[in-house]
Amino acid sequence: MGYNCVVCVKQVPDTKRITGQAMKEDGTVNRAALPAVFNPEDLNALEAALRVRDEHGGTVTVITMGLPAACEVLRDALFRGADAVVLVTDRRAAASDTLATSYILSCAAKKLHPDLIFCGRQAIDGDTAQVGPQLAEKLGFTLITYLEDLKLDGRVATARRNVGNGYEVVRARLPALFTVVESANHPRPTAVKRAMKSKKARAPVEVAKAVDTELPSATPEAKAVETKKRCAELAARGLQIMQWNLDDLQADLSWCGGAGSPTKVHRIQSIVLAGGDYKEFPPTEDGVTRLLGELIEDHTIG
Amino acid sequence: MANFYTDNEDIQFLFRHMDLARLATLNEEGFRFAREFDFAPTDAADAIDNYNRILTTIGEIIGDRVALTAADSDVVGNTLNADGSVTYTPGIQEALKLLSQADVMGFTLPYRYGGLNCSELLYTMSNDIVSRADASLMNLYGLQGIAETINNFASEELKREYLPRMASGEFTGAMVLTEPDAGSDLQAVKTRAWQDANGNWFIRGVKRFITNGCGDVLLVLARTEPEIADGRGLSCLLVERNPRVRVRRLENKLGIHASPTCELVFDDCPAKLVGERQRGLITYVMSLMNGARVGIAAQSLGIGEASCRAARDYARSRKQFGSAIDSFPAVRDLIVDMNLDLQAARAITYYATFHVDLENGINNRIDSGLAAEDEVKKLRPEVRKYKGWNKFLTPMAKYYSSEMSMRTSNGAMAVLGGSGYMKDYPVERYLRDARITTIYEGTSQLQVVAMTAGVMGGAAVEIVNEILAGRQWSAEIAPIVARVREGMTLLNEAVAFVKTQKGNAYRDLHARKLCDVACYLMAGALFCDHATASTKKLAVARRWMTERLPQIRALKEQACSGESSSLTDFETLAGPLPAAD
Repeated sequence: MGYNCVVCVKQVPDTKRITGQAMKEDGTVNRAALPAVFNPEDLNALEAALRVRDEHGGTVTVITMGLPAACEVLRDALFRGADAVVLVTDRRAAASDTLATSYILSCAAKKLHPDLIFCGRQAIDGDTAQVGPQLAEKLGFTLITYLEDLKLDGRVATARRNVGNGYEVVRARLPALFTVVESANHPRPTAVKRAMKSKKARAPVEVAKAVDTELPSATPEAKAVETKKRCAELAARGLQIMQWNLDDLQADLSWCGGAGSPTKVHRIQSIVLAGGDYKEFPPTEDGVTRLLGELIEDHTIG
Repeated sequence: MANFYTDNEDIQFLFRHMDLARLATLNEEGFRFAREFDFAPTDAADAIDNYNRILTTIGEIIGDRVALTAADSDVVGNTLNADGSVTYTPGIQEALKLLSQADVMGFTLPYRYGGLNCSELLYTMSNDIVSRADASLMNLYGLQGIAETINNFASEELKREYLPRMASGEFTGAMVLTEPDAGSDLQAVKTRAWQDANGNWFIRGVKRFITNGCGDVLLVLARTEPEIADGRGLSCLLVERNPRVRVRRLENKLGIHASPTCELVFDDCPAKLVGERQRGLITYVMSLMNGARVGIAAQSLGIGEASCRAARDYARSRKQFGSAIDSFPAVRDLIVDMNLDLQAARAITYYATFHVDLENGINNRIDSGLAAEDEVKKLRPEVRKYKGWNKFLTPMAKYYSSEMSMRTSNGAMAVLGGSGYMKDYPVERYLRDARITTIYEGTSQLQVVAMTAGVMGGAAVEIVNEILAGRQWSAEIAPIVARVREGMTLLNEAVAFVKTQKGNAYRDLHARKLCDVACYLMAGALFCDHATASTKKLAVARRWMTERLPQIRALKEQACSGESSSLTDFETLAGPLPAAD
């Protein structure tokens, strides 16, 4: 029997290539200065799903929520073996925090009726690790975080979780959602024949933009007709990236975007650690006591 | 996240600078395959974009993964199991799996057999990238010429049976030529192939020094005509791995430890004839060997690249006498020489491979029947010209690149000094791995023999002329071109002098000097061409000819000296034969 797997992925700024221009004056990320990449642990999530499909059959569908530019990571997912990809994009989804994002993703996931959902443990830009767990909660799926290894037997999943200083093996009934860590696997490379084909896959929003550029003087109606025609051609060749907006998802708008996001950023501090900003405590009874005192005083613990 | 393609400025420069559109148009036969295969390109820009993606994918696999396992593979080596099978190192196993997943194990095979239908030039670039991390891996990845030989010469039945499985990476291959008494001289092959009453072929004999002899598809050179003692008695047969062929021994080697070098015993082992009888050596193996020579040239480039990078990096970080050693003139000069040597070898090898592609592509065009009579009439002399050139360019690429890998890895060892001599750094591995490149697929001495006809017959000068002629050189490049032309005059004078000497002995004695001059001029001319598109290459071209022209003068003087004491006074100069123990 095959499993219907869904993988949630995110396009993120490549924080491994931090340069002097990576941060703006106000302490927020300067996305223009950093190349956009596939969130690394989402690649591990995709690989985990592909292995389920390789072993048991079924399908792997990859979803991302984001700007049209996020189609790049969807195409990358196709190159590596995904069967289908979905772009969830809508201006009204802008400024969504993790709660709103997980709500919107839950609406999208419901349309796909998955048996298993895979997310990367966390994204390298926000580092919250919240979207996966919140999504499981909203869908009523069993949540298994820090997945390293997965065995499936019918509707029962046996998973090994990395718990930092060791591992634990848990068993759960499907449907379930897994957040996957880097140590789970090595993501497979691009299969170049898939890339040679799927590099031409486009979402409707990308097609519309191309039509806009190529036929600047056409009427909006003519542009719409042309876009529709090109999308149909792409679909016939298996090259369409599915695209859903909040209406397609029948999402409650009060749960989306800024309105659905209770997170409020109070203050962002740019902290530059300079030499000398540390204290040494000897590994003795007395040293540890003084360290604890310091940490409590500093409100780090307690 | 290392990528050994996107971080390599020189490969990318040549990728942009060389006329890949022309190769794509030839290879894709007017882009007709797009109708049948949904991933095949629809035009040249589409094809070039594919090429870039293919190399980027390989660069990522090699940079991110293979580079991390190469040192371990070198130490671990392969294992010969009791049942005669061979287990690759864990790193090699992983690398082959990744390259198979990436669809690149049928690089040049037609789409219909599961290949990527790429040109040899692209394959050469990929071998260059692979070898920078692990020269041993290239010996396995780089054996795709075996599938090409099957594609070029075997029956449709054999092609359908084996090529898809080779393209998917399920099967690896080996070219099984060498025997204890048949190394450089393959005409002496003794391994017998015989037929039973039903016409089935069987092989009996021992083969030695077989790279990946443990592979699944063996192309074996064997004597099918016992009454014919020379190369015309030899045919090419395909053996699929089976219990009647056994790996008897794995060689214990200086370098390329992760590449299994096997001794094979064929015990009346079933085989299938490839193509026609008697053409084994004279047609099929010669063709296979030409491809393999380009492959070794590319392997040498990768080792050279790794050596240059290791030296550059170390010289910046190593401090002595209060400053980084790359501030010392002698070290700077060495590093610059190494980098120019590498770029020269790459320029020559890619140029040679480009012309192999032109020859193959034009031949295909003529054979396809798609070209009109007028076009064929134009193509025939063109393909004849390239065929002649390639007889010269292929050994030149193999000779110059493999010798370069020796010089650059040796140079890297000099820069790293005592540290380089230790196993803690990879340069001792580069030096050990480089050493084989000047030996296998024909030694440097044999490449010189193959090149000499081209130097004496004028092909060298003709090619250099064609690169330089009929162009408007900028004021900056013109003086460099003038130096190349001065060098050509010197080469012509040297060739004329050698021709006046009686017999072939004097020519053979000085052939290497003439070939070296030809290599310097070829690289010089190519650098001038590259300089039109890159200010960096302008500096490279200037430095190259400034350094090389005096050397060319010296070589010319030596070649015209009449010196032949190696022949006349051998016993005196070489000393007495060492006494037997």
